[in-house]
Amino acid sequence: MSDKKKELKPNTYKFDTLSLHAGYQPHKNAGSRQVPIYQTTSYLFDDVDHAAALFNLERGGHIYSRISNPTVGVLEERVASLEGGTAALATSSGMSAIFLTVMTLCEAGDHLVVSSQLYGGTVNLFRLTLPKFGIKCTFVKPRDTEGFKKAIQKNTKGIFGELVGNPGNEIMNMPEIAKIAHDAGIPLMVDATYQTPYLCKPFEHGADIVIHSLTKWMAGHGSSMAGILVEGGKFDWMQNDKFPTMTKPYEGYHGLSFAEEFGPTAFTMKARAEGMRDFGPCLSPQNAWNVLQGIETLSVRMKKHCSNAEEMVKYLSNHESVAWVSHPSVPDHPDHELAKKLLPNGRGSMIAFGIKGGKDAGVAFINNVKLASHLANVGDTRTLVIHPASGTHSQMDEATLKFAGLSHDMIRLSVGIEDIDDIKNDFEIGFRAARKPRLVSNQ
Amino acid sequence: MKFKVNGHEVFASTGGRPFDKKKPLIIFVHGSGLTHMTWVLQTRYFAFHGYNSLAVDLPGHGLSSGESLKSIEEMADWVSNVIDAVGHKEASLVGHSQGCLVTVECTSRYPTKIKTLSLMGGAGAIPMNPELLSLAENNDPKAVDLMMDWAHGPAGHFGGHPVPGLYHINTGTMLAKSRTIQNTLGVDFRACDNYKNGFEAAKKIKCPTLSILATDDKMCPVKEGKKLASLIDGSQVDIIDNCGHMMLLEEADRVLTVLKKFITTNYPPLSS
Repeated sequence: MSDKKKELKPNTYKFDTLSLHAGYQPHKNAGSRQVPIYQTTSYLFDDVDHAAALFNLERGGHIYSRISNPTVGVLEERVASLEGGTAALATSSGMSAIFLTVMTLCEAGDHLVVSSQLYGGTVNLFRLTLPKFGIKCTFVKPRDTEGFKKAIQKNTKGIFGELVGNPGNEIMNMPEIAKIAHDAGIPLMVDATYQTPYLCKPFEHGADIVIHSLTKWMAGHGSSMAGILVEGGKFDWMQNDKFPTMTKPYEGYHGLSFAEEFGPTAFTMKARAEGMRDFGPCLSPQNAWNVLQGIETLSVRMKKHCSNAEEMVKYLSNHESVAWVSHPSVPDHPDHELAKKLLPNGRGSMIAFGIKGGKDAGVAFINNVKLASHLANVGDTRTLVIHPASGTHSQMDEATLKFAGLSHDMIRLSVGIEDIDDIKNDFEIGFRAARKPRLVSNQ
Repeated sequence: MKFKVNGHEVFASTGGRPFDKKKPLIIFVHGSGLTHMTWVLQTRYFAFHGYNSLAVDLPGHGLSSGESLKSIEEMADWVSNVIDAVGHKEASLVGHSQGCLVTVECTSRYPTKIKTLSLMGGAGAIPMNPELLSLAENNDPKAVDLMMDWAHGPAGHFGGHPVPGLYHINTGTMLAKSRTIQNTLGVDFRACDNYKNGFEAAKKIKCPTLSILATDDKMCPVKEGKKLASLIDGSQVDIIDNCGHMMLLEEADRVLTVLKKFITTNYPPLSS
């Protein structure tokens, strides 16, 4: 017998197991192996004392499904567990998760520093809508790390960005930008929709709040809208006087200080208690269940998404009809090395490429592919394509398009998990159609 | 609220209600390396129902200043000093894990001051695994990860927190890593390992006492908790099935219900 002592190792569940089980105990739900869909608006109180206790946040439980719901709660815990976060709050969409995050953090008169490479809807929220609430933003290109530092003002309450920009695939140097934020005593908020926690866990690189549009890869099947904000639990809200709504007594809950009372879960507690109560972008239990189904196979799907994407990068890079390809796996991508560090499990399945022939060729390509779906979504199991300048980002003027790094020849490709040969064959049809107008005009 | 004990600032959560000297006092004492936040699902109830609820951060922990106290006996005296510092003559004590050692010792030393004692996941002694102790004293975050693994029962590992959206293993991890591990968890583990007086102290306790134990508690198993309870005259024991050492989070509602009945019966609140 060996007298070697066995090294102690924590046996907490790993990623693939948490994807299937976290947040749910069957024996507390009539033994139901599957998470039940609690299709209800409200919940019985045991007595008046119990009702008061729930309203006062004296004990955990559910009151009304706008604030919380048991099915949605399982989803929230599951995503928090996968991200390595302390708590999460699910919302009706990714956009409402961003809005709720900002409204939990900021008041009128506050300022945010924001990456310029974002989904078009997010750009419009920060550029046009938040100023109506008295919240101003300064946009900085995601690779301009020093620019984030310079843009911080006295009233800046946080930095926001997409880890990998939409649609140009620019990568924020998250560890460096997190340090800039923390040196200034403000949190870093990261939209990691493109990565999912399978590819990157932003809390390990300094992020404080992570946001997902669960509609995309997390749900994965293009069936349901959902969003979520996840709290890392490390940010110290009490380190300065920048966040009085987190640290000072809050009138809405008998003088409660969220930071003192809830510490590493304070932000989520406030987002739920105040934000969900007042704005109400709650997630339906049916959609929460649909997302849970998707998360069960997240790691399996993400592996296939990433391997198909790398095949498509090779195919497009060698194609005569393609002017350029942007994907972090390409060695000459400006963020190739950073991607290796931040995305060790795969570089994601979003590809941007330029089609020779510009806008007309792009339109012909989009109009002629048969397998790839032309629509305004990403992260479906199916392959999706769109021409951003005429679609997702069409509400931008020429100057804003340029600042956002968009060109008229750009096609955004969300690689699905179909057989790779079928995707390539479909693209050949699109490229042939895209070449036709040029052949005609050259004659 | 903040106040001073032995010259150092102490933070204690009042459960969201202002401190009121007229109300009876309950002091909640956390476990090794943790903070007042572990009690959030118990303290707020008492604060809203006629008590001063004080969930303290031990010195050097959470939001309290000073250095961590090196022995259970020092911590016991410190709890007594907390009662004095907030202007009370008596209190009801609630402890979890290491907090049980502290409150047992405190109750035995100050029998007239302590009116009821509630122990969660308690034992008369908590000898530490030498490797775990060494990891904590060497500031290795693995000590926290191991503690969180062992402290949660099989059911608790799945989650299912009573507060929607909270994942308690990660929350506990974050609390235990919020300050330098060797200065909090390392010192606390050593204090637990060194403490040998638990069973003798228990024999001196005469106030109403409640022990809440859990069937899947690996850190303070049921048999150890029962052994401690058997030495305290008239001690009540409540055992929670399918639950681990972190019962105050894993089965927060059950714990609150039992605690509420015990404390309100034996140490009534100020009626409104």
